[in-house]
Amino acid sequence: MTTEPAIRVRGVEKSFKDVRVLQGVDFDVTAGSIFALLGSNGAGKTTLVRILSTLLKADKGAATVYGFDVAAKPGEVRESISLTGQFAAIDEVLSGRENLVLIAKLRHLKNPGAIADDLLARFSLTEAGDRKASTYSGGMRRRLDIAMSLIGNPPIIFLDEPTTGLDPQARIEVWQTIKRLAGLGTTVLLTTQYLDEAEQLADRIAILHKGTIIQNGTLTELKQLLPPATVEYVEKQPSLEDVFLALVGETGESGETDTSPDDRVDAADRSRKELR
Amino acid sequence: MTTHVLGDTGTLTGRSLRHILRSPDTILTTVVTPIALMLLFVYVLGGAISTGSDESYVNYMLPGILLITIASGVAYTAYRLFLDLQGGIFERFQSMPIARSSVLWAHVFTSLAANLVSITVIVGVALIMGFRTGASVAAWLAVVGILILFTLALTWIAVIAGLSAKTVDGASAFSYPLIFLPFISSAFVPTDSMPGPVAWFAENQPVTSIVNTIRALFAQQPAGSDIWIALIWLVGILVIAYAFAIAIYRRKVS
Repeated sequence: MTTEPAIRVRGVEKSFKDVRVLQGVDFDVTAGSIFALLGSNGAGKTTLVRILSTLLKADKGAATVYGFDVAAKPGEVRESISLTGQFAAIDEVLSGRENLVLIAKLRHLKNPGAIADDLLARFSLTEAGDRKASTYSGGMRRRLDIAMSLIGNPPIIFLDEPTTGLDPQARIEVWQTIKRLAGLGTTVLLTTQYLDEAEQLADRIAILHKGTIIQNGTLTELKQLLPPATVEYVEKQPSLEDVFLALVGETGESGETDTSPDDRVDAADRSRKELR
Repeated sequence: MTTHVLGDTGTLTGRSLRHILRSPDTILTTVVTPIALMLLFVYVLGGAISTGSDESYVNYMLPGILLITIASGVAYTAYRLFLDLQGGIFERFQSMPIARSSVLWAHVFTSLAANLVSITVIVGVALIMGFRTGASVAAWLAVVGILILFTLALTWIAVIAGLSAKTVDGASAFSYPLIFLPFISSAFVPTDSMPGPVAWFAENQPVTSIVNTIRALFAQQPAGSDIWIALIWLVGILVIAYAFAIAIYRRKVS
């Protein structure tokens, strides 16, 4: 499994009626890496993720996930993946803990209760664990959603626009989670329309445009496609995001944060200096 | 995968039963209309209706009320299934290594449980209003069996509605004609009091044979050929609705 790519996509095509959404997509994702599929709305990112997670069948081409063909062995593929879709796939009526227990039971794991408690703690949801998920904020929903995807430690995780609609803090929380996941050896395929997200997270970036991959490489490789950088002196102003984050603290809702207080002071200091 | 069908269905049924426990208003709204109809028919209209038998009017119309209760109860099944499809949770289940049919069966079992609770409430109210029967345990079991068949048949129709609906309103609209069907049957007035074509329709639609069967079982009378006609209707509708629902589901998930 070390040499074989975790995900291999070859010549995948998909049309909906007359609209050719995917027109021959090829790429590989190395095991244990973060791969970002970058594209604007309607580029076909979600369609591709749905094909790879066995929710949709491709018209043409082949795709293997964890060595299993998605069309021929959907059952095995489902054993190896987890999908976090564009909209939080949580049960609003159940509590956060019940959501996690439900998925643990459906993955036929022992001690679903212990697994749920562990994940609640890891995602700073312990206090909210017994509350109905419908009362959660957008960031908490996303955290619960991703926590549900981690149950059973699938080797490959699909994240379809994981930070769309989140506020800046929640966004950074999700980024930290994704980085931690990849650190543990999980292969992550994420789609995004935010360039900075791909830049922040991905080992490799593929640009999906009008149904095909028009570029695929590391950030450095992609940057080399443009003429070499010229040196200009520009006064560094903090962006509004820097200011906002410095003022409200790097991450965390109601103080549930992974960043130490020192980091926050540093960040605030920095932006104050830059302001001057 | 299929080795987990029972376990997965159990887990998912537990989930949707919890939905009902958390919103008991779905049971409440299901039983309010039938109870109101019972009060209306027994205390307002019933005195003017000649049923041609000497049993009380509560006894006469309870079978029809039970069917109306189930017909309005299954609308919630379509509604809950539709909401699952709308939210991401359905896709999450589909991308997991679980038996795929268990997602539907969970809704069907939940519908059965919810409707049995509603029916029990209605029978309880009917008892307070003077419903009496000397039916044997076997007759009661037969009544419950027919009501379960009726619930399953209508639930699979609800599954079709829930799977193919485009809007929330559309998901539950299918139940209105089903709720109305008992009125054009022997449920509230004898069919021979109706004008020719209406009487013909009433006598040949499924509700009449089902109502007559349940009424006969409660009254400890022989159900005659009605019970067989009722069973053929019920099993027929069940099989056809199930086949359609599964076909739509297959098309949807692959």
